[in-house]
Amino acid sequence: MKIVIINYGAGNIQSIMFAIERLGFKAILSNNPEEIKAADKVIFPGVGEASSAMKMLLASGLDRLIPTLKQPVLGICLGMQLMCNKSEEGDTKGLGIFDVDVIKFTSKVKVPQMGWNQIYNLKSALFEGIAENEYMYLVHSFYAPDCEESISTTNYQMEYASALKKDNFYGTQFHPEKSGDVGEKILGNFLKL
Amino acid sequence: MLTKRIIPCLDIKNGRTVKGVNFVDLRDAGDPVELAKIYSNEGADELVFLDISATEERRKTLVDLVRKVASTINIPFTVGGGISSVEDVEILLQNGADKVSINSSAVKNPQLINDLAQKFGSQCVVVAIDAKQIEGRWVVHLVGGKVPTELNLFDWAKEVEQRGAGEILFTSMDNDGTKNGFANEALAKLSSLVNIPIIASGGAGNIHHFVDTFKDGKADAALAASVFHFKEIEIKTLKKELKNSNIEVRL
Repeated sequence: MKIVIINYGAGNIQSIMFAIERLGFKAILSNNPEEIKAADKVIFPGVGEASSAMKMLLASGLDRLIPTLKQPVLGICLGMQLMCNKSEEGDTKGLGIFDVDVIKFTSKVKVPQMGWNQIYNLKSALFEGIAENEYMYLVHSFYAPDCEESISTTNYQMEYASALKKDNFYGTQFHPEKSGDVGEKILGNFLKL
Repeated sequence: MLTKRIIPCLDIKNGRTVKGVNFVDLRDAGDPVELAKIYSNEGADELVFLDISATEERRKTLVDLVRKVASTINIPFTVGGGISSVEDVEILLQNGADKVSINSSAVKNPQLINDLAQKFGSQCVVVAIDAKQIEGRWVVHLVGGKVPTELNLFDWAKEVEQRGAGEILFTSMDNDGTKNGFANEALAKLSSLVNIPIIASGGAGNIHHFVDTFKDGKADAALAASVFHFKEIEIKTLKKELKNSNIEVRL
């Protein structure tokens, strides 16, 4: 199986590489469109600030490629947010895959949300064998509101979408690669899709 | 609900774990990678590695260690100690660290906080603050608590938040190593002044101290070293007791 992690200069890619190795697979890092198109699974990582990450995507032309991919694609954290319509962070236009706008938590709660929180209302094969209310590691200041494409929700200030799915596109706000054995199982489920 | 976090801290010198009592008189408490694995399996929510060695070989040893830890464990970890530039952070993140903690370098060059937040995101910038009370005033200290600064703990905390820190790790030098509990009054005040997570550090001696720092100190996370390294407190037992005290934890 050929697993490609999109390398566009944003994100802690090494953690995802190691997690995939622990699952018994190898991933390659690439920003080459042909290599990405030929992959069986594509992972779209990202941490940091939305508008600067988007600039890097635009510079490489990957903003046009990603929405056309046909194989399973998993956006993680900022990767997921960039797959939405737009983000309030840096007033950033997203890839428009998920039909939802990313907005900021208010100061009624500590921002960023940092730590372990529960995921529930789980849908899709991504969560096969995963119990409701398991804990995932999250660190984020912006969120996608609960919407039709939600496949898991989490409560912080209110219920919001902690994972999204549309066709072959998946996104998790949490970091499966940093969420213990359960997180690793979710990543393993993605690789089995 | 977002849970309170329990964070074992591993002080690293020349690739080994150490913990000082009041930052002197270091004792060897084992191999960092093995300890990291044990803590991760026992239910630690995160780990902090604080490099306190000061040799020329320091950085290479630390980078090797970061890679080994990142390849072994599947929970987040923070690396601190001697980090003073964007380049230092880049190499640690590239090798699998999730966050970095900066202390003296942030005091000497506060712009570093802005630069790191802008380049890597606030989520990976932890500002560690060591402070102790001098004539009723919380004074920020450097070099493991040896050198006082002009800074007041609460003003400095507000400044680091404004500059883009994602989290504050506050160590009370008055409490550290005493095993008499955390500095909960100062912690609660910090928590009311800033809107980023606060990690309590310094003074953990028993399970009640953790309950108190979450309830009275309003801490988002609690960090400790020797009580875990010397098995005075087992993380599993600690988290069960926290749950029994109606504190949300990941079990």
